[in-house]
Amino acid sequence: MAPRKTASVSSRKTAAKPAKKDFTGGTIAEFSKEDDLKAYREMLLIRRFEEKAGQLYGMGFIGGFCHLYIGQEAVVVGMQMALKEGDQVITGYRDHGHMLACGMSARGVMAELTGRRGGLSKGKGGSMHMFSKEKHFYGGHGIVGAQVSLGTGLAFANKYRGNDNVSLAYFGDGAANQGQVYESFNMAALWKLPAIYIVENNRYAMGTSVSRASAQTDFSQRGASFGIPGYQVDGMDVRAVKAAADEAVEHCRSGKGPIILEMLTYRYRGHSMSDPAKYRSKDEVQKMRSEHDPIEQVKARVMEKGWASEDELKQIDKDVRDIVADSADFAQSDPEPDASELYTDILL
Amino acid sequence: MPVEILMPALSPTMEEGTLSKWLKNEGDRVSSGDVIAEIETDKATMEVEAVDEGTIGKLLIAAGTEGVKVNTPIAVLLQDGEGAGDIAAKAEAPKMEAPKPAATEAPAAAAPVAAQPKAEIPADPAIPAGTEMVTMTVREALRDAMAEEMRANDDVFVMGEEVAEYQGAYKVTQGLLQEFGPRRVVDTPITEHGFAGVGVGAAMTGLRPIVEFMTFNFAMQAIDQIINSAAKTLYMSGGQMGAPIVFRGPSGAAARVAAQHSQCYAAWYSHIPGLKVVMPYTAADAKGLLKAAIRDPNPVIFLENEILYGQSFEVPKLDDFVLPIGKARIHRVGKDATIVSFGIGMTYAVKAAAELEAQGIDVELIDLRTIRPMDIPTVIESVKKTGRLVTVEEGYPQSSVGTEIATRVMQQAFDYLDAPILTIAGKDVPMPYAANLEKLALPNVAEVVEAVKTVCYK
Repeated sequence: MAPRKTASVSSRKTAAKPAKKDFTGGTIAEFSKEDDLKAYREMLLIRRFEEKAGQLYGMGFIGGFCHLYIGQEAVVVGMQMALKEGDQVITGYRDHGHMLACGMSARGVMAELTGRRGGLSKGKGGSMHMFSKEKHFYGGHGIVGAQVSLGTGLAFANKYRGNDNVSLAYFGDGAANQGQVYESFNMAALWKLPAIYIVENNRYAMGTSVSRASAQTDFSQRGASFGIPGYQVDGMDVRAVKAAADEAVEHCRSGKGPIILEMLTYRYRGHSMSDPAKYRSKDEVQKMRSEHDPIEQVKARVMEKGWASEDELKQIDKDVRDIVADSADFAQSDPEPDASELYTDILL
Repeated sequence: MPVEILMPALSPTMEEGTLSKWLKNEGDRVSSGDVIAEIETDKATMEVEAVDEGTIGKLLIAAGTEGVKVNTPIAVLLQDGEGAGDIAAKAEAPKMEAPKPAATEAPAAAAPVAAQPKAEIPADPAIPAGTEMVTMTVREALRDAMAEEMRANDDVFVMGEEVAEYQGAYKVTQGLLQEFGPRRVVDTPITEHGFAGVGVGAAMTGLRPIVEFMTFNFAMQAIDQIINSAAKTLYMSGGQMGAPIVFRGPSGAAARVAAQHSQCYAAWYSHIPGLKVVMPYTAADAKGLLKAAIRDPNPVIFLENEILYGQSFEVPKLDDFVLPIGKARIHRVGKDATIVSFGIGMTYAVKAAAELEAQGIDVELIDLRTIRPMDIPTVIESVKKTGRLVTVEEGYPQSSVGTEIATRVMQQAFDYLDAPILTIAGKDVPMPYAANLEKLALPNVAEVVEAVKTVCYK
């Protein structure tokens, strides 16, 4: 493994603090050509999808809340690269990227955003509430922090069934201050559940910066009193995410209990569509985009190594745009749910 | 004067218990703090400590005696200088009683069951004619329901505070750890919000958790997971994924536990689409409906009652006794007025019906059993016959289950009503601690009797 890269996310302290020697943290995975191209493609799909969603929101096709994942793509794509069939994923309301990374269809997600019958929840869930039994994606939750207890329950089920699957519970720096997160940490550590807690620290809980909301801003250490090891990871570098994910997954699969990964990341857009993001400077955003963009990092590497030509990357770009355009067309033309759906799916 | 040692109460709801063992003999010297005996209820075993110093002069109740009422003298302690002759001076001291035979035929511990009129309770159509009946407490019925379902399905497990090693805070899970082991009988930390979420998460994968709340008062900490996660997921996922989970535990007032531990949650949860809400009265219903709740693919709120736990009822001896959720039971057939109640509210209604019978009013008593979905057709059928309706519950009066019943009957059977519907509920106050105020805050039989007479214009 290559040595730890220097902190790449602004000036924040990113030194890994391994609590156990068998978990080094902070390494960077060696990516093959296939890995890098896969990561590039998947991150680009999320980026373009979210851009299109933003556009459709502006046109009035998407209503309500819509939280975009732009800027944070490396986190979910890198984590997903370390999983195997049956591993579960659960997250909060900024969930479109997670669903695409889990392999849920772009059409299904986009049509759900527009509230159409072909949406993944038949138009009854919306942006924050989508699920897929087939892809082991358990939502999509609008109550900040609730997914952490639920994700702990997924891990409980794995242990109960005696399989070696792990559960990934994603939550933000804001949710990290919810009480049930610590109730869950306690139980997961007590029962040695195979739970990977991923704190997507994008620096702002809605409009409140981490330093204004958190007494302990190093979220990787939030499990310390339960003996849960935790590591800070450069969440803008998909290789760092993948390396941390590999080690975390191995830790959980081997029965050592839960682990926390704090992903140092950044959202380029506002909290939701109605957020002008006046709590941070344009320079701050611009600096992240120009110096740490997760997609540009991969693109530069691929070009430098000669793994793909400009044309080949353009082809990937085009493929991705086609998928997104198709999903947007579908999401605008698919009919709304039949009125009879109002009273279905309440009870089985 | 010799000091009488009295049968102590282990809990506010205990009325009697078994004196299982004496640890001191007559003539033994005891000082305060010495353990002198062990007593037992179906809920717990406790040691009795001496409060005063002295010599045990006489043991008044033999070891093994069951049904010893709280505050019965169980021994006499002689002070220095006193002798056996001083005991005789206590003329009222009861004689040593021989142990009674095993309690299988014993009547229920608390009065309401003993007062239950046996006449005219129609046979439950769910129970085949000629089925052998066994007497058991609600507590045992609930335990048996869980044990049977756990035997039948490895996906069923129970989790909660003190459910395993302690055998249940109210001893409902007694013996389950011994039979099923710690994998399936899971003690949790005191962390309702967290373990409710863990249960729902496990249920979303297809496991069938039974989450016990020590009381539903504590489930207020977890109500977000119950409603936002358990009840709504099926709808929000377009039918892809739900939560087959049972949340159970005591709800409502116990005895002298004051405002934060004495609240009925029937109306609260009945408000929520995506939940089923069950609140049984009898042991048979508790068993048959809990088994149904565990098998149900939806989240079920199963509201028990601490005072009912120790009451005994006839339960059919069947290998697999399951009752339908959402079906009321006609507890007593009558023609003059209808009372609808559920859970512990039935204890008032049953007594009121007996009193009213003596006064010449023939009440039809419906035990709702399930609050959601609500069996309004059964209520309306009865109202069509009687033209008069009174509801009885312990919960708060505003937006109560009774007001919901009244609304629906008014909308769907207005022409059949001969009088305004009256709703009897707990008073609109937090539960007070003082015994007299507590009694005033709860409904009482006289109120129910009066209400029925009012709707009958008598």
